Amino acid sequence: MQNQTPEPVGTPSQETALPVSKKPSFIKTLVTKKEFGIFVLLVVMCVVTGLKNHAFFSEANLSNTANLIGLFGIFSIGAGLIIITGGIDLSVGSMIALNGMLLVMALTDWHWPWPLGVAFALAVPMLLGSAHGLLITRFRMQPFIVTLCGLLLYRGIARFIASDTTRGFGDAAGFKTLQHLANGKFLGLPMPFVILIVTSLVMWIVLHRSIYGRYLLAVGRNEEATRFSGVNTRRVIASSYVLGGLLTGISGVLFAFYTNSVSPSTHGNFYELYGIAAAVLGGCSLRGGEGSVIGVLIGTALLLVLQNLVNLLNIPSSLNFAVMGAVVLIGVLTDQIFKNRAAKRIARQPK
Amino acid sequence: MTSAPLLEMRGISKRFPGVVALDAVDFHITRGEVVALVGENGAGKSTLMKILGGVHQPNAGEIKLDGQPVKIQNVNDALRRGIAFIHQELNVLDNLEVAANVFLGREPRNALGLIDQKKIHDDTAPLLERLGLPVSTHTRLDQLSIAQQQMVEIAKALSLNARLIIMDEPTSSLTLSETKRLLELVCELAEQGVSIIYISHRLGEIDECADRVIVLRDGRNAGELTHDEATHDRLVNLMVGRDIKNFYVAPEAKAAPGFFMARNISSSLHPGKTVSFDAARGEILGLAGLVGAGRSEMAKALVGLDHSPARQIILDGKSISINAPRDAIDHGIYLVPENRRTEGLVVEMSVRENVSLPSLRQLSRGGLIQRKRERDVTRRQVDSLKVKTPSIDSLVLNLSGGNQQKVVLAKWLAMNPQVMILDEPTRGIDVGAKAEIYRLMRALAGQGTVILMISSDMEEVLNVSDRIAVMHEGEITGVLDRADCTEQNVMQLAVGKKIPAAKPAFTN
Repeated sequence: MQNQTPEPVGTPSQETALPVSKKPSFIKTLVTKKEFGIFVLLVVMCVVTGLKNHAFFSEANLSNTANLIGLFGIFSIGAGLIIITGGIDLSVGSMIALNGMLLVMALTDWHWPWPLGVAFALAVPMLLGSAHGLLITRFRMQPFIVTLCGLLLYRGIARFIASDTTRGFGDAAGFKTLQHLANGKFLGLPMPFVILIVTSLVMWIVLHRSIYGRYLLAVGRNEEATRFSGVNTRRVIASSYVLGGLLTGISGVLFAFYTNSVSPSTHGNFYELYGIAAAVLGGCSLRGGEGSVIGVLIGTALLLVLQNLVNLLNIPSSLNFAVMGAVVLIGVLTDQIFKNRAAKRIARQPK
Repeated sequence: MTSAPLLEMRGISKRFPGVVALDAVDFHITRGEVVALVGENGAGKSTLMKILGGVHQPNAGEIKLDGQPVKIQNVNDALRRGIAFIHQELNVLDNLEVAANVFLGREPRNALGLIDQKKIHDDTAPLLERLGLPVSTHTRLDQLSIAQQQMVEIAKALSLNARLIIMDEPTSSLTLSETKRLLELVCELAEQGVSIIYISHRLGEIDECADRVIVLRDGRNAGELTHDEATHDRLVNLMVGRDIKNFYVAPEAKAAPGFFMARNISSSLHPGKTVSFDAARGEILGLAGLVGAGRSEMAKALVGLDHSPARQIILDGKSISINAPRDAIDHGIYLVPENRRTEGLVVEMSVRENVSLPSLRQLSRGGLIQRKRERDVTRRQVDSLKVKTPSIDSLVLNLSGGNQQKVVLAKWLAMNPQVMILDEPTRGIDVGAKAEIYRLMRALAGQGTVILMISSDMEEVLNVSDRIAVMHEGEITGVLDRADCTEQNVMQLAVGKKIPAAKPAFTN
């Protein structure tokens, strides 16, 4: 329904054609764009916070917020991809903990060279993701259950291998190099934010321009019809969990250096919920088939600016989650109301 | 059998947008009588029964129960009046036990406001006994066979004091011995004074249990036969013989036989049975049969959407192996499925995204979609098929049925089809669009494509096909050459009778 640009339809036929809608104005195209509403919300929130507390626009605060957006945004894009196929990944937080712990151990205990350590820290979540994908597509298990078990399992393993103690990098091999890569700046921007931008560009192309992306959206909308069109739908669904695992792995490495040490019982707690909330705020539907990379980005930014706002406006930090919950609820509710209206409008159109 | 009718329906008419489903149909049944209701697909049997069951309201006509005129408002109203409907697809909850199913929706309460377990089990037990169903009232339904679950539905009907039970194709998924038991039960119930309306395509069963047969054709009464009059031939004669317009267009070029051979196609609906046939290049081979004959299932198995271990496909002299739908597609064998909205299209995506879905690989470079080519191909297909859509970016959801079907066709026509299987290609679309689709099929055949057309519309099968293969219960009973394509012949084969005009479906 959005941005229908009418085009002449071939040879005019003797039968009455459907009424051709008027070309919508540029503004209207923008306004009906799904991401636009929440983008406006983001801008308004930034402006209001900035006006109430000028510290918001300080370089330190902006840089710090951008850094966090980078860290959370990367795995949120993965969460969004999985949600687009009609699935869900609840194991993200635990995966980040396990991943971080394995990275610390690889560098400090096993004295691996850092490139190998990082490769390992990316390979493990991809492997776990492929296991999820396999269980979901071959054994027809529900994504919620599979990844819930992952959430419990990986957290437990992370705590067990670390004997439930916090582990830091100390003077690990290649620590400085990696730390610079993960915490440094590039053109004045925090590295995680830069990595997020690059990831987003790549994922934007994958989701919105590649065959694979089209298959992801189609599978989420109607797996049966997609299968009837000759697409190996199981492979498409399973691979989304592998891709999600990779993005979670990248985030995980960056998080480990952000916190500089990994406490296996708390590291990454609830991060899966940030990912899901960001994706849903950004227009992904848990029913599948809907969502965009830009939406997830804006959704992530909104969540983190919200946390920043709680800090800067002296709202008790105990209300942090409550504020987030309320905003997600209102955001999705508003979206649904608009959608219902649009659906009614279409139902009224003569066929 | 007493003479005063329990139920009398007079002059029942029902119109749906664009079709007259029933036109002044009369029907009556007396206490303890078994009346079989037969007719072709779309003859109006289901509509008539849905009116009786309170699902539809008639546009005209009168219904009398016990001689009193009544208006059956809804399903509950029908139940209150003692009319129960056993649908072909069972309406049971297989996670609940027998007694809970029998009393679903009207559970008696005990003093605490909880379900009175003792009462529901005590009341269900004698019903099971009456039906001769040797299971406990505590058995969960998923522990029972389909036939036993059906008995539970009948038990539910009896517990509602049903005086009239409508059974719609009750034996379609039963084994032979289960069918025998059900037919005995029908007779027993009739002796106990319950009237039964029995809808079936199986004339043998009708012969066994029905006191009387009422035949519908094209939404009208075609005739009525007593048990002794109801011979196989007379029944078929009443079912057919409708006025069929002839609009057959003969192919311009001679078909080249042996181009496409399918062997040993089996499907999960009829395990143990296989289908083999030959089709010629340039012909339209109609696949006729009554609902449930297994035609759609065969088509899905053919293109790799269903498991069919012994499947062999030979196209243009070369044997090709099909392990997944992609394999069939790569060889130009395409299926336009019966169910447009769930299997044929992703309706919440645009026309463009639907048309290009199977051919994205050809429309891409390095895994990236070439958007201009995608748009060009789509626009070309939309133009040549005259799909009415505001834009190629409009959602398929908003198009009419005929235009949606054209979008499904466009998906495959962009990819040079060798064999096109069209399952009910014109179901639910208007007359104008139908004619366009027939023309298109003929043109495709003329270009050398093998067209297989599954259709339950007799007029369509007779007028569009160059030959007709008729299926019955998972097998092809025979193939009719153009000269033998009469409604009579098709119906005989569809109910499983061998006739001399029928040719074998394949040669070795």
